[in-house]
Amino acid sequence: MSDATSALQGARTDGFARIEAAGPVGMITLRADLGAARVAKAVKAVTGCAMPGRRRIVTAGDKAVGWMSSDEVLILLPHAEAPGAVAVLSAALARDHALVAEVSDARALFRIGGAKADQVLMKLCPVDFARMERDELRRTRAAQVAVAIWRSGDDEISLICFRSVAGYVAGILEHSARTGSELLPG
Amino acid sequence: MSLRLTTGGRLIDRAKPLSFRFNQRWMTGLAGDTLASALLANDRVMVGRSFKYHRPRGIVASGVEEPNALVGLGEGARFEPDQRATTIELFEGATAISQNHWPNLAFDVGEVNSWLARFLPAGFYYKTFMAPQAAWARLFEPIIRRSAGLGRAPDRADADRYEQAYAFADLVVVGGGVAGLTAALAGARAGQRVLVLEQTAHWGGRAPVDGGVIDGLGPDAWVRNAVKVLEKMENVTLRLRCMAAGLHDHGHLIGYERVADHAPQTDAPRHRLWRIRAGKVVVATGALERPLSFAGNDVPGVMLASAVRDYVVNWAVAPGQRTVIVTNNDDAYRTALALLDAGLAVPAVLDTRESLTGDLVQAVRARGVRVLEGKAIARVRGRSRLRGVVICRQDSAGATAMSETIACDCVAMSGGWSPVVHLWSHCGGKLLWDASAAMFRPDPTCPPTGADGAAMAVCAGAASGALGLADCLRDAHKAAGGTGKPPQAKAPTEAPIAPVWVMPAKAGIEARSKMWLDFQNDVKVSDVQLAAREGYESVEHTKRYTTLGMATDQGKLSNINGLAVLSEALDQPVPATGTTTFRPPYTPISFGAIAGEARGDLFQPLRRTPMHGWHEAHGAHWEPVGLWRRPYCYPRSGETHRDAVNREVLATRRSLGLLDASTLGKIVVKGPDAGRFLDMIYTGVMSSLPVGKCRYGLMCSDNGFLIDDGVVVRLSDDTWLCHTTTGGADRIHAHMEDWLQCEWWDWKVHTANLTEQFAQVAVVGPNARKLLEKLGGMDLSKDALPFMTFAEGTLGGVRARVFRISFSGELCYEVAVPASQGLAFWERLMAEGAEFGVTPYGTEALHVMRAEKGFIMIGDETDGTVIPQDLNLGWAISKKKVDYLGKRAQERAHMADPDRWRLVGLETLDGSVLPDGAIAADAGYNGNRQRNTQGRVTSTYYSPTLGRGIAMGLVRRGPERMGEVIRFTAEGRLIAARIVDQVFYDKDGEKQNV
Repeated sequence: MSDATSALQGARTDGFARIEAAGPVGMITLRADLGAARVAKAVKAVTGCAMPGRRRIVTAGDKAVGWMSSDEVLILLPHAEAPGAVAVLSAALARDHALVAEVSDARALFRIGGAKADQVLMKLCPVDFARMERDELRRTRAAQVAVAIWRSGDDEISLICFRSVAGYVAGILEHSARTGSELLPG
Repeated sequence: MSLRLTTGGRLIDRAKPLSFRFNQRWMTGLAGDTLASALLANDRVMVGRSFKYHRPRGIVASGVEEPNALVGLGEGARFEPDQRATTIELFEGATAISQNHWPNLAFDVGEVNSWLARFLPAGFYYKTFMAPQAAWARLFEPIIRRSAGLGRAPDRADADRYEQAYAFADLVVVGGGVAGLTAALAGARAGQRVLVLEQTAHWGGRAPVDGGVIDGLGPDAWVRNAVKVLEKMENVTLRLRCMAAGLHDHGHLIGYERVADHAPQTDAPRHRLWRIRAGKVVVATGALERPLSFAGNDVPGVMLASAVRDYVVNWAVAPGQRTVIVTNNDDAYRTALALLDAGLAVPAVLDTRESLTGDLVQAVRARGVRVLEGKAIARVRGRSRLRGVVICRQDSAGATAMSETIACDCVAMSGGWSPVVHLWSHCGGKLLWDASAAMFRPDPTCPPTGADGAAMAVCAGAASGALGLADCLRDAHKAAGGTGKPPQAKAPTEAPIAPVWVMPAKAGIEARSKMWLDFQNDVKVSDVQLAAREGYESVEHTKRYTTLGMATDQGKLSNINGLAVLSEALDQPVPATGTTTFRPPYTPISFGAIAGEARGDLFQPLRRTPMHGWHEAHGAHWEPVGLWRRPYCYPRSGETHRDAVNREVLATRRSLGLLDASTLGKIVVKGPDAGRFLDMIYTGVMSSLPVGKCRYGLMCSDNGFLIDDGVVVRLSDDTWLCHTTTGGADRIHAHMEDWLQCEWWDWKVHTANLTEQFAQVAVVGPNARKLLEKLGGMDLSKDALPFMTFAEGTLGGVRARVFRISFSGELCYEVAVPASQGLAFWERLMAEGAEFGVTPYGTEALHVMRAEKGFIMIGDETDGTVIPQDLNLGWAISKKKVDYLGKRAQERAHMADPDRWRLVGLETLDGSVLPDGAIAADAGYNGNRQRNTQGRVTSTYYSPTLGRGIAMGLVRRGPERMGEVIRFTAEGRLIAARIVDQVFYDKDGEKQNV
């Protein structure tokens, strides 16, 4: 069978910031008691990451764990590793009240890059970017759809949305990043 | 005449001439001009006509308060009506047309209204058009619509683009005048994050025109320094051309930035709407000058005194050669000095006060100007252009035979100043009447409050009533919490104002009928007085009766004068009358800015399945389902949609069809209490479902009404997969979480909405199994995977879940694969299915097939008033369960009433298709003299399988009336239909169970 494809598969536009639709990324939703030692241990075993604090994201190499709610984290990892990780986590948490579900294909990931990346999202998200910290994960909205965002590099913000609205999100990002529409001088 | 002066003009660049067109005539302005200053420089004093009487109207003001100089700006896809010439920054090639006239500005047929003015008093429309009612639609409304209205609406889609943005600040300073800059400096030096908004293209506000000395510098120099300091501070953001349109709860401030109105050829968006969260707002919005109400105060050439000096000082434009000044305060003398400095004639200053000794008055006298005390304008000479004024005493009834006429082509009037308290008032700040200054000013004891109960806004400078320069800066410094010394200012001392609401005070009715309060809506002093006599005591009622302050300028010039006139007419003090409500936006903002990016393709999110592009490429005709687009059918060339649907149904029933079912909701429910939870959510029992089995379930609201349905699958011991309708996925997931989080918070249940993780394909028809067996990898035989079971495995190399469920009555497998491989899987099915004549089908074929089987559809058979029992779905309701959501509601007398309308099949006697939604009438009439009804059609289709129309409907005691013929009313005729069983095709289900 053919390779997995993401919703927009690497589409890229350049305005005053770079907008890139990532290829497939592995994602796992884990709903469990985040304070439980066994849960933290299982997450660490799969990702190498400690359990993130409230509204934080912890990164280790090509994996990351983001806090989504008081009983939910999102695990990011290479696409091909997701089914295996689901099996490992499920087995490790078999005796716990936990739900492990692969959501790699339910989402689309965008990277907004460049020194003015924040300005693109200032037009779409009701977020105080000047106060958004490096390890912060925000669940918010971009115009009319739900998104989660975090700083994935010095001049880069990652954004995930539902797969079905990837085309819409690509459209609003492109519109917001058009050269000549910068919000701040310089 | 009005013209450009040879020297001066602090905002213009004489080296950069700009060409523009007004009413098809090319003219020349200068960079830095507004359209208004450029028109005046070209001797265009009269620029439009009024709304009701079509009187000639000229430019009155120099800023946002302008009531008259509204133009249609731009052409074609960039045309926009009702734009204020005073706030349009001139650009090369600008095109404007005047409004409210026919055939042209100089000669207007509508002016006849002016001669009929005595027949068009306040409340004219209310009084005249009371009856007959029918005349409204046919006669009155069309005539009013043609004669009224300002500019014409654009007839093309807007060619520009717009956007919105969010901002956050500890302190937002609204207004970039000297007060605003003082407040910004104070806040910024205290380390606050400061955002400063200025609606014009320039910092400094009025001070550079009005003069004075700040910290030893002229206002211009001081402003330049202050801006330089602020620009260097990291914690300060400065925005020009950005108006604060409204202040809302919790410090939510709306900013309207005109990014590219002045530079239409750039890539920038035209407007940007800011949604700003402010810790605190300093409202430094200044004050607006009031006109004086004398007869003929609307004749072109009569202007606000402050505007006259703005034109002279800022744009080096003389509004007239000979300007008479009429005032009740000292400030207007600044205009006299500005005119004299520019070498223009000031034949007289008419001051309603006596014994004048103020610094400014003396300075004007010293220049040899006649200052006439206790004097007023009795009436003006001229109609479309001012020629002179007839003067009288203010305390008189008007002119006498002895009255002097002074020739002039401009009158600069000043009735005093009103603080711009709009933002303060938008969100609940109260006002005080300051009798000595004749103004409403903010009441500092009743501010608009934030979430913490503390003041979230404070007025500063002229906006709080501190009109003198030194007071203004002290006030602004304090408002922003400044420590240390505020900027020190020196300015001439001014004598108090003497309020004047009617000029002259004892003017007769003839004169009062020519004193305009609201220039744009043509409301005169006599209209407000008439309203008072007719019993309109509330200022809000008078506003609506007379339309005072209801024009696009929202009464910026007229409100205070109008309510003062009303107060006098009611013989009560001004504060007893009060103001009308200040509402956002401060000035009109564009629909484009409100819509932002949400237009065209981005108007709303379009949800696409992984196979969306394939459907598009194969000619799908779309049906919107929620925010999804689903293929309705796939018409081939030459096919109607009906033909395509019939073909798709028959091909599926005879051989093989494919449906993209990816949009169906897929919610996983897991945990020790998941079974118990689902038994509450569904009417049936889900806890007893064996692993690997599927069961159809119904969900009701706590009021008993059916809200969704779908197949539930038991994936493992503690995990269930709940399928919902396409539209129900998010709603039902939220419904589940609502009950889990708010009511059953201690139940151990997790849910996850995995709808988009999977692409789902329904493989339907007698050849469905053969196709999937070609892919290989799973045993899908009848014995291995019987009807209503599920299996997980690999199908053609793709991880797949296969469900043996059927919504069509045919042999059917619903196959869920990872969305990332959905398109490839679909294409593989199409290729491998070619030998069976595989046919993709759309939602309409799906509907026809489910109706042939008598299956209900949420949204067709249900409408929020239908319970499962109405649909004969009692078999899906557990009688044994103690409780489920909706159970008790369904036991209410009305719900258990045997007379309820219940589901039946309907067959027309002639085989035709019943119209959707048709009603069956019953004998007799109800209390509203409407015919009683006994049923309605809920689903109706042409069945290509049966070759005739089929329908379902809800009919009173329907199932008890099998075989009976009832008549449906539709399209003006009666259609006879027989009540039959709702299952039209394969009642025993043999085809799906093979």
